[in-house]
Amino acid sequence: MTFSITLTVNGTPHHLALDDMRVTLLDLLRDRLGLTGTKKGCDRGQCGACTVLVNGQRLNACLALAVQQDGAEIVTIEGLAPADGLHPVQAAFLEHDAFQCGYCTPGQIMSAAGLIAEGEDGADIERIREGMSGNICRCGAYRGISLAVAEAARKAKTEAGA
Amino acid sequence: MKSFDYLRPDTLDEALAALSDPDAAALGGGTNLLDLMKLGVAGPSKIVDLTRLPGLDRIETLPDGTVRIGALVRNAALPRDPGFAAAFPMVAEALLSGASGQLRNAATVGGNLMQATRCAYFQDPFAACNRRAPGTGCDAKDGANRNHAILGWSPACIATHPSDFCVPLAALGAIVEIAGPDGLRELPLAEFHLLPGEEAHLTTQLAPGEIVLALRLPPGAADFAGHARYLKLRERNSYAFAIVSAAAALRLEDGVIREARLALGGVAARPWRATAAETLLAGARPAPETFAAAAEAALAEAAPSGANGFKIALAGRILARALAAAAAGTPARMPALPGSVLDDSDTEAAHA
Repeated sequence: MTFSITLTVNGTPHHLALDDMRVTLLDLLRDRLGLTGTKKGCDRGQCGACTVLVNGQRLNACLALAVQQDGAEIVTIEGLAPADGLHPVQAAFLEHDAFQCGYCTPGQIMSAAGLIAEGEDGADIERIREGMSGNICRCGAYRGISLAVAEAARKAKTEAGA
Repeated sequence: MKSFDYLRPDTLDEALAALSDPDAAALGGGTNLLDLMKLGVAGPSKIVDLTRLPGLDRIETLPDGTVRIGALVRNAALPRDPGFAAAFPMVAEALLSGASGQLRNAATVGGNLMQATRCAYFQDPFAACNRRAPGTGCDAKDGANRNHAILGWSPACIATHPSDFCVPLAALGAIVEIAGPDGLRELPLAEFHLLPGEEAHLTTQLAPGEIVLALRLPPGAADFAGHARYLKLRERNSYAFAIVSAAAALRLEDGVIREARLALGGVAARPWRATAAETLLAGARPAPETFAAAAEAALAEAAPSGANGFKIALAGRILARALAAAAAGTPARMPALPGSVLDDSDTEAAHA
């Protein structure tokens, strides 16, 4: 069967005819739209490398059928930063050296952006660590990641209060 | 993955008609079904996407005080709803102790009830498994079974139901609303999942073509809000299934337990409501020896199904500890590490 869907990805609408219903959002982003920043790690929802924002909420793109996302607004790592710089989470990752090999980094950053938007990160590092537990870093850069997310969360709160 | 057709019904009647095909599968958040399809454990020829059905994503309070949760409410939405989290704190804690932020944003209430066991042999299409392929045997019995059942198991199957959410729901007497070709019916959640007996492949009371429509928490379930905890032991402190878990809720008056609601998780093919222990606690004063006696009553019929005898002692201890934590009072704020016994953050009671 074929099914036509519309996805807005990083602000650009795409009209896509799917001839195979098995395509996940992850494979569609990478193989059909050429957005390879979203990584395929475990492909089973266990590592978080494929995290994207769907209608503002972080999701594992590997466990989402593309066809089911019809009408959704999707933000990937390629679309997170404003035109003239870095997203605060990206800047904080640089500042705190929150990576080693970099493979999990796009998923970590998208997950952190989602967590901060959810507003449940709290003030303390323990809540951030718990909120980020769906993103595995095999290099073990968790300390830098937690500090980076904490700083970005603090800045987001300051700006919201300003 | 086997290829399939995709249907997106707009009405419940259309959805039920599509699901009358025995090769059709209902799709919610997809976090379990897609995983099983990738593993080759599930292979429907037709997927019926229920997520566009109207009205099933609501949390409502009915005139008699019942709280009704539509089957398509996402796991993340319940603990985020301030009214719900305040009325049913151990349900919120159980949800936040499970999976990851990403998965909770996708997973649905109905899908949580319908999720399959995480038994490694069920998930391996090449292993013998009476639950997945009736009559093939059970490789778990002589395999890696330290996380398997200690209550309600049978020689045919020793798998457990993996849900955290269902454990406090069973304790609070939640009701499952079911829609099917013959209309609507309802069941207590504590009886919704079937124990294996000889027919391990029958995992829930849902008949072919039926779906979960909603859950209801009865009036009175919120009376336990001041003294309710969900505690969960796991191999790591976040993003892991329970080895054992316990939901404990008390209604205290003048320092005496008037009513207790208890259930265990990770111990059986269903969330295990501990009614004998509830009865024993009614009228008692909260004290460590009382909680130990309740734990002993809850586990009286437990037996190891393999190399998992340690889970009997562990389940008793987590239940006694959950009771002590409940008696101390529901924390004013959700603990930083929901469900964890290692959380040392501020646990000031809510004085609810």
